[in-house]
Amino acid sequence: MQLLVHSVSVDLNNDASLVIDIPDALCERDKVKFTVHTKTTLSSFQKPEYSVQRQHEDFIWLHDTIVETEEYAGLIIPPAPPKPDFEGPREKMHKLGEGESSMTKEEYAKMKQELEKTVQVHEVFLQRLSSHPMFRKDRNFQIFLEYDQDLTVRRKNAKEMFGGFFKNMVKSADEVLISGVKEVDEFFEQEKNFLLDYSSKIKDATAKAEKMTRSHKNVADDYNHISGALNNTAADNNTAFKKHLEKCAEVFEKLRKVEDRMASDQELKLTELLRYYTRDIQAAKDLLYRRARALADYENSNKALDKARLKGKDVAQAEENQKQCLQKFDKLSESGKKELTSFKARRVVAFRKNLIEMTELEIKHAKNSVSLLQGSIEILKSN
Amino acid sequence: SNDAENTAAHHRNTLQFNTYSHRKQLFSVCVTLSEATEEVSLDSPERQPILSDGPSPVITPVTPVMISSRADVFDRSPDQDEDEEENRDTFDIQISVSDPEKVGDGMNAYMVYKVLTKTSLSIFSRDEVCVKRRFSDFLGLHSKLASKYMHMGYIVPPAPEKSIVGMTKVKVGKEDLSSVEFVEKRRSALERYLLRTVKHPALLKDPDVLQFLESSELPRAVSTQALSGAGILRMVNKAADAVNKMTIKMNESDAWFEEKQQQFENLDVQLRKLHASVESLVCHRKELSVNTASFAKSAAMLGNSEDHTALSRALSQLAEVEEKIDQLHQDQACADFYLISELLGDYVRLITAVKGVFDQRMKTWAKCQDAQVMLQRKREAEAKLQHANKPDKLQQAKDEIREWEGKVQQGERDFEQISKNIRREVGRFEKDRVKDFRVVIIKYLESLVHTQQQMIKYWEAFLPEAKAIA
Repeated sequence: MQLLVHSVSVDLNNDASLVIDIPDALCERDKVKFTVHTKTTLSSFQKPEYSVQRQHEDFIWLHDTIVETEEYAGLIIPPAPPKPDFEGPREKMHKLGEGESSMTKEEYAKMKQELEKTVQVHEVFLQRLSSHPMFRKDRNFQIFLEYDQDLTVRRKNAKEMFGGFFKNMVKSADEVLISGVKEVDEFFEQEKNFLLDYSSKIKDATAKAEKMTRSHKNVADDYNHISGALNNTAADNNTAFKKHLEKCAEVFEKLRKVEDRMASDQELKLTELLRYYTRDIQAAKDLLYRRARALADYENSNKALDKARLKGKDVAQAEENQKQCLQKFDKLSESGKKELTSFKARRVVAFRKNLIEMTELEIKHAKNSVSLLQGSIEILKSN
Repeated sequence: SNDAENTAAHHRNTLQFNTYSHRKQLFSVCVTLSEATEEVSLDSPERQPILSDGPSPVITPVTPVMISSRADVFDRSPDQDEDEEENRDTFDIQISVSDPEKVGDGMNAYMVYKVLTKTSLSIFSRDEVCVKRRFSDFLGLHSKLASKYMHMGYIVPPAPEKSIVGMTKVKVGKEDLSSVEFVEKRRSALERYLLRTVKHPALLKDPDVLQFLESSELPRAVSTQALSGAGILRMVNKAADAVNKMTIKMNESDAWFEEKQQQFENLDVQLRKLHASVESLVCHRKELSVNTASFAKSAAMLGNSEDHTALSRALSQLAEVEEKIDQLHQDQACADFYLISELLGDYVRLITAVKGVFDQRMKTWAKCQDAQVMLQRKREAEAKLQHANKPDKLQQAKDEIREWEGKVQQGERDFEQISKNIRREVGRFEKDRVKDFRVVIIKYLESLVHTQQQMIKYWEAFLPEAKAIA
């Protein structure tokens, strides 16, 4: 069975020369296939428009190759999209494939919601890359967008080459190293303090938002059960009251739809926003970490140079090493400053956009609820 | 302003629902019933059970005088038939149970409630009476009413359930939210219980009911083996034995009873399912409230941490909106509970009482059958003695035959009477059920409308704040 979903586009395409979106996704058994659609005026591309099928693992491959590229050390690497979470629905889809019963309305709706979420987050990843002056020129990014065959073979080769070494390194020691570094630059000192604090707060807010959304969905489910129970009761009653009960069951069913939509819109706009920025903050911290490492390397190279001068051995080598370390550190500091500044701007814009959209949707759904309820009350009163 | 109240009450069948914003305040649910219900036929055979002592040895009626001076009520005896009109005469009574007060300390402590009755009915000695009652008093009242009326086929509203866990918390003196909620839940249940009881035309005039509502001192009900849902089920099971011995009279009348009994079985199952779904809703709504409050705090912390000024302010505003929404969820959860969940719970218990009444009829029939069997035996015995030349014994046999003939007649009369009563009671019950649900559903939907309208207000106020992020 296939399920088509059209994307909830969070449009980061601010430059018409390279426009990417994910117009739909297919959910087949236990795989999600994203349609990546590219429109470009850049000469580096072979065609002005592409549409390719990509799986989640392809995105991860792309992310990993970018992380492990030394050249990008001074940039905030857009966080990898999380794996699509289809635990329950996947099982059901599997059963469907083997000719079992059909999916209930609710299961279908949940699946659709999950797809919406995952499309959004995969799309944002690509748009972050396309809107960045350096990433958009990345060779692997281009391959990702235009190679019209399966990327599986390439992925396997890449894994063997890099083995995820850098990733593990970065994850393990960042907090300690960042806090331990003696910072002379006011800007980075402030950023460090801000990111460390903000990181824990946003993680917490994400968790709380997730719980809130889940409760909201539970309430919607309860409306569904109440509707069913009312219908059962209606089956046995005398005529006039039967109609009344059936009408009530209908009201609850409609309420369920609205509540469900409210909950999932809140999830898309608020919870997903917070989730995304939790990851993005981590990416920013990773940058600070890389810079801190570079600083530590520079300080070590200074010590090594002093030692060499004392001993009178390998001085030229040590001097060269120290020069390179300094260069690297300066480069990271310079691009890091730019990245962190634009990060703040980007964050503010995203929050603003999502908060406005969420609020407008909440208002819209609440108004729908009110008119639905008032209409039903009129009918029930007149009966 | 008694007139104004009466008129308002007369044309209003409302379930008012006042909420206070303060979390610890109690919610008051005042049920006002203003429509008249059918009058009970007060022919003499029936009057007997109402005025007799009945199996309630603990109470000595305080003012027997009260009954005779209200003779005018008992003179009225409108006739009953199956499809009666509702008598829109002066049925007007408001009862509220309020101001729970803890008396005493430790495990001997108990709650006392104020019971306020406002009425223009003449059977009451005053327009407004206020008395203090404790939970066991209510159970005692129900016990008496059940023993007097159930065997006649009247559906006696069940008393609220006992709760050892709930009461222990209160006794031990925990002032926390769950004890407060428990007391409020009980107060509301007691109020609904009294209102249902007086809504029953026969029970309204019962001297025990009147005494309960008016008498300032009430002798302590010692053995309150109240006929709770569980109690009635036990009774039902005993009656089931009688059913097994019954030879079924297959006529139209019995078909009606069979059909109705099946309907109530089905309704029982359906209502329990519905009740369970609503209870789940209440639970999840409360969880939503807690999680919303928790998120609000977290959003506020995030706002504090945010270094971009405008965004920081917007996040703080978001936190405030979510806090207000939390309060909305709490209020809605209360509506979920008091309007729908508790009502459904009441009806589940009421249906148990209805089933009990059907089984009483079975018991009555069985008794009737037994009497007939006995009569037959006595006749056979007499026939044998005809040829035995024992004049004394023959006379005794003849006397016994007469005795049992009388019992058979009485049994048949009782059976007819209980069948008639049940038909009427069921008719009344169905009407009330439909009316209650109609009213409550509308009230509930209106509460949902209110919640959504508030949400719109809050989000519309937040929107400019979100747009102001620059």
